[in-house]
Amino acid sequence: MNAPLRVPRDFDSGQEVRWCPGCGDYAILRAVQKTLAGLDADPSNTVFVSGIGCAARLPYYLATYGFHTIHGRAPAIATGLKLANPDLDVWLVTGDGDGLSIGAGHLLHLLRRNVNCQVLLFNNEAYGLTKGQYSPTSRIGTVTPSSPAGSVGDPVSACRFALGSGAKFVARGIDTRIAELQTTLSAAHAFAGTAFVEILQNCIVYNDGVFSDFTERSVAAERQIHLTHGEPLRFGPDLNRGLILDRNAFALRAVPVGPDGVPEEDVLVHDQSNRGLATLLATMEGPDLPLALGVLFAETGSIFEAEVRGQVEARGDLPLPDLLRRTSTWKVSP
Amino acid sequence: MGGVVVRFAGDSGDGIQLSGMRLTMAAALGGKGVSTLPDFPAEIRAPAGTTYGVSAFQLRVGEGEVLTPGDTPDVLVAFNPASLKTNIGDLGRDGLLVVDSGTFTARSLKKAGYNENPLETGTLNGVRTLTPDISRHTLDAVKEFDLGQKGSLRCRNMWAVGLTLWLLDRDTIEAEGWIRNRFGDSPVGNANLAALKAGHAYGETTELPSLDLLQTREGTHVWPPGDYRTVTGAEALAFGFAAAADRTALDVVFCAYPITPASTLLHYLSAMRRRNIVTFQAEDEIGAACAAIGASYGGALGVTSSSGPGISLKAEALGLAVAVELPLVVVNSQRAGPSTGMPTKTEQADLLQALYGRHGEAPLVVLAPNSPSDCYATAIEAANIAIRHMTPVIILSDAFIASTSEPWRLPEPDAPGTNPVQFLTDPENFEPFARDPDTLARAWVKPGTPGLAHRIGGLEKSAGSGGISYDPDNHQFMNDTRIAKVTRVARTLPLAAAEGPDDASLCVVTWGSTFGAAREALARCRAAGTDAAHIHLRHLHPLPANLGELLTAYRGILVPEVNSGQLVRVLRDRFVVDAESLPKVTGKPFRVDELVGAINAKAEALA
Repeated sequence: MNAPLRVPRDFDSGQEVRWCPGCGDYAILRAVQKTLAGLDADPSNTVFVSGIGCAARLPYYLATYGFHTIHGRAPAIATGLKLANPDLDVWLVTGDGDGLSIGAGHLLHLLRRNVNCQVLLFNNEAYGLTKGQYSPTSRIGTVTPSSPAGSVGDPVSACRFALGSGAKFVARGIDTRIAELQTTLSAAHAFAGTAFVEILQNCIVYNDGVFSDFTERSVAAERQIHLTHGEPLRFGPDLNRGLILDRNAFALRAVPVGPDGVPEEDVLVHDQSNRGLATLLATMEGPDLPLALGVLFAETGSIFEAEVRGQVEARGDLPLPDLLRRTSTWKVSP
Repeated sequence: MGGVVVRFAGDSGDGIQLSGMRLTMAAALGGKGVSTLPDFPAEIRAPAGTTYGVSAFQLRVGEGEVLTPGDTPDVLVAFNPASLKTNIGDLGRDGLLVVDSGTFTARSLKKAGYNENPLETGTLNGVRTLTPDISRHTLDAVKEFDLGQKGSLRCRNMWAVGLTLWLLDRDTIEAEGWIRNRFGDSPVGNANLAALKAGHAYGETTELPSLDLLQTREGTHVWPPGDYRTVTGAEALAFGFAAAADRTALDVVFCAYPITPASTLLHYLSAMRRRNIVTFQAEDEIGAACAAIGASYGGALGVTSSSGPGISLKAEALGLAVAVELPLVVVNSQRAGPSTGMPTKTEQADLLQALYGRHGEAPLVVLAPNSPSDCYATAIEAANIAIRHMTPVIILSDAFIASTSEPWRLPEPDAPGTNPVQFLTDPENFEPFARDPDTLARAWVKPGTPGLAHRIGGLEKSAGSGGISYDPDNHQFMNDTRIAKVTRVARTLPLAAAEGPDDASLCVVTWGSTFGAAREALARCRAAGTDAAHIHLRHLHPLPANLGELLTAYRGILVPEVNSGQLVRVLRDRFVVDAESLPKVTGKPFRVDELVGAINAKAEALA
């Protein structure tokens, strides 16, 4: 008989959780614990590496190995860790400030190198631990203590940043849809390479309701599309709407499907191996287009640490005394 | 000062550094002592013929151990007017000047800022000068290889090497071997060989005044038996890290971002045929430091390396390594600062940064090699301390040590696995911040070890358990413990010892690359009747346990440093001694005569 599978509780470190009551991070933590249990992950071989910020506290709450590092640098630390031991199952936890502002330069390189790990970027469009300043994903006009007249400058899109950086797995989840997030996290884990997951997360203190445009129960079906590879891109209460490619605008358009709209076969089918489609999906936001959730893009490629290790192996191995003599030498006799 | 000092100077595209290395190898293979000083501009190819594009290579060859590359050249080989202009001032009255008169055209004279041809106006008065038309001789020698004017003239450096080897009473065998190795049996290779031989033959057939410089032999030096090679500091560090990986049975993960003059170490390790050395060119300096920390966390020895601005960028990561108490080795090949400063020039001005340059109380260990070959032992020692005491260790090398070369008696490395690292694997009563009662180091646990999953981070930790703690008394305790842990490293270090007469009233205290010049200066002073002792420090933090007691025995303490006075502050602060600074920041190492003058003056003042 097989040993019983692990349960989410097995991944609870027992450390008192110190996020604000009602924070979306609680739901994400639960989703992560459930995902790990579902994967029957070995806590001894699992490492969560984080930077700084509210999201970065996550490793303390998980009964795995954990390294809470410095602001923005978790991707570099995870890269070194994987170079030292490619067999570890590494998850990286970051936020919109940590990953897309102070640490964007590292995240870009982690993604393009395709280090085999999962990246969870909690995006709440705000700086939480430092008390509510605007972040690089805040929408224009966000009023905060450091932007009393409203923030200026376009926000960065996390998924488009990842796609532009050459990420080979890009997905999006949201703290209000835990079951779907678990599925996405499992897919990220199954992917060989850097799996990037943006998780939209509500900050109840500094940015409450920032995602309510598409999370309110009354509008959720209309304003979200749930992606499945090989399935038509349909959404709405009765899947009565679909996405088509407007060839003139080279953009996606949401249209009614069925007798009063376009024929079913004209609706685009999700192909997660299509980077162009993924970019269009990542770009969608309201009010005319739904928010894309699930796996936007997945394409296998060579894995950084395996390539590096392969080169080291191929270089060969000479005993040090021989290495020292790979040049002109001379002998002094007694 | 014994031996002969030769300086080659020319355009940075003239192959000056390569030429210098051929002379170095010829001397070393002949059993001579040799020390070198490459001196090149940061620009890869500065505009030809300009004074700021001049590249130089100086070497000193002697019968015995040669500690410094020499103060001033005895022989200056100038490849063009610009290099003559920038170097002639260093050539002593008794020196010999060799210039390529073929390059002294109106145009190149103007470019160098000469209104008149100094070879004709007698402004080199008093210096023996040879003015062969090296350009013409080279063109003649390589004519048959059809390399064209430009390609042919690229062989000028080998002609000059041939001539200089003759002047130094050396044969051309090593240089020939090198040329064949590098260029094979190609027109370029054969042309370089022809130029080399033509230069050597020129010296012989024109019966140039033979140099008696090498005849002044100051007693026979006995080289300890063994196999020898030449080595630069960067090479010796690379071998040292390989040796450390072997004896500890760890992988070394070396993470760096390219920067002058530190990149050579990255190159050597990247090309090294070792399965236990992984190199990683990171996206930036911070990424390099952090990847090294990640590697150490994963159970390898993380090493990062940089210089100047790059070291500043790593400061925050070093604080993390201090806080989580992981092994880490940081190599700083110091260069002239601040900011971009003078990237190819040497300085020792990062000592206080290494000791104190982090936020919060962040103690770590600081070592400095005293010569190129000493870098080997320093790398091994740094790795040992980092692992045994679970602490970051900074190695303060510099541009001079990294690039200068000297003969090296090859060490017998420990067999692989001689001193394997013991990772903690026992889950019984495990606490991540429990400490060894002797060293105060915590245990090293590799992620992947069953039953030991735990969390670490930059937040203050509870003593023992490692849980997050804001408790005031705990912070005091952890802070004191981190300091005590590093201080206790001194228990394992050799005591400082003064070299020189017991009754000296003056002591010269040096660190790092100033060793050679100081040792030589003191030998000269003593020969002339000035008694002074010498303490050289390779451990800058913690300092040797007996240093304070040693220093109080002297009435005068002189501290020469290639900075504006940094070690001197530490000594005054720690031991309340009346130490006097001898600062220098010209981008060049101390000259022996500068030190001799200062030591004599200080000794006289004490008398």
